[in-house]
Amino acid sequence: MKQKRAVVSVVGKDQVGIIAKVTTALADNHMNVLDISQTILQDFFTMMMLVDVSEAKDLDKLHHDFDEVSKELGLKINIQLEDIFQTMHRI
Amino acid sequence: MNIAFAEIQETIRMVQMESLDIRTVTMGISLKDCIDPDFEKMNERVYNKITTYAGELRSVAEQVEKEYGIPIINKRISITPVAELLGHATKDEAVELAKTLDRAAQFLGVDFIGGFSALVHKGITKGDQTLLDALPEALSVTERVCASVSVATTRTGINMDAVQLMGKIIKESSERTKDANGIACAKLVVFCNPVEDNPFMAGAFHGTGEGEAVINVGVSGPGVVLNALKRHKDADFGEISEVIKKTVFKITRAGEMIGRVVADRLNLPFGIMDLSLAPTNALNDSVAEILEEMGLERVGTHGTIAALALMNDAVKKGGAMASSYVGGLSGAFIPVSEDNGMIKGIEDNSLSLSKLEAMTCVCSVGLDMIALTGDVSPATLSGLISDEMAIGMINKKTTAVRVIPVPGKQEGDMVEFGGLLGRAPVMGVNPFSSEKFIQRGGRIPAPLQSLIN
Repeated sequence: MKQKRAVVSVVGKDQVGIIAKVTTALADNHMNVLDISQTILQDFFTMMMLVDVSEAKDLDKLHHDFDEVSKELGLKINIQLEDIFQTMHRI
Repeated sequence: MNIAFAEIQETIRMVQMESLDIRTVTMGISLKDCIDPDFEKMNERVYNKITTYAGELRSVAEQVEKEYGIPIINKRISITPVAELLGHATKDEAVELAKTLDRAAQFLGVDFIGGFSALVHKGITKGDQTLLDALPEALSVTERVCASVSVATTRTGINMDAVQLMGKIIKESSERTKDANGIACAKLVVFCNPVEDNPFMAGAFHGTGEGEAVINVGVSGPGVVLNALKRHKDADFGEISEVIKKTVFKITRAGEMIGRVVADRLNLPFGIMDLSLAPTNALNDSVAEILEEMGLERVGTHGTIAALALMNDAVKKGGAMASSYVGGLSGAFIPVSEDNGMIKGIEDNSLSLSKLEAMTCVCSVGLDMIALTGDVSPATLSGLISDEMAIGMINKKTTAVRVIPVPGKQEGDMVEFGGLLGRAPVMGVNPFSSEKFIQRGGRIPAPLQSLIN
């Protein structure tokens, strides 16, 4: 089956449980994580995840789940389909 | 992951901190098949066609916005110039049709519907006359209907009879909405060399050369360009041009992709991508500030036109490389009320009406969203329009006039228009009369295309 991929980006103050909570939200919404890269920049936790969203049915619910996590941990979480980055940065 | 971390961050930064947005997804709809000598039938057909064709526009655009994480600010509709439908109609019926359009826009949840328009750059037909007569009332009793009138082109010259009429129409529209600072005029554009596929308001209409229905996209991002320049403090002009081109290229690519996805989902052809740096009153989302970033203490001072020319050209170059179909008005808009930098320029007495006029020689449109004193005469408005039309005609470019005489206001007062339309300091006009000049009537002949000096 064809994959539809999206990039999840997470930025915020480093603390315990960020990856756990974000990936739980993803798992609850049937999204498979394909790749993770993560780094700490001046105390700031930044993470990019490539996820497979072809099974995802309800984007609103995912946004809602992310909102809860970001409120709880004080993070900024975005999810955007991968094509937008391909189009903007690759010819 | 084959996309670099830094690139993802750049996109996110552009959207979240620098106000990159798709300003508008505009659906063009032809209404030619709605024409009927029986007005009631035509009225019903127009409503049904628009609401059927654009039924999904808003929901699809909102879905795409969510998936790609790029905001789409406005959803709009442009239609066949309405004058073409009005051959057998009366003035009251034309107003009725405007109300129908307003109702359709409201029902669909789209922000504006453009195309209450007439093309009279050579002459005025029965339908055109009906539309022109109906304009002041139509614009004051509707909320989302936008109108435009083409009164000049490079190939036909300037129809000065129409210019004279437009002065009166603008004045009357302003009077009719005097309780709302003459807001009706903010929805009316007078054009020279209008384009048929422009997605931006108030001047959008679905031209006669267009197909049945089409999706056109307008992208904006002065903030992105401004911030890119801020990272290159000491660049020379070649480098500045390069920075703008690269930035615009990325913005345009994003816009074109979003446009194509929307068009695809609505099962419509993708028309054009209009990359115009259109400012908003949001912090740093200003064209004037880009010019100031290049080294001008305040917009309007000596050097402003050179800076604007460089920017406008670089925007076009970047956009042209990035999209298969660039169209519309692509370039830079300089609407005063929507640009905090322009407002400041006027307040500080750096930017004048004459300088704004001169700036329109090198930017993409014209005198836009300028508030004038309430006592300005129709003939002076016509004179102002004729100057701007002459600039467009001779320079073979689109120019436009969207000015708002604000009843009861004096030079220096500040007026609020609200929403995307912003606020503007009231400007004074030349006190000497243009009455005799405007009264002459007739047409200014088309200019020579050779012997150019």
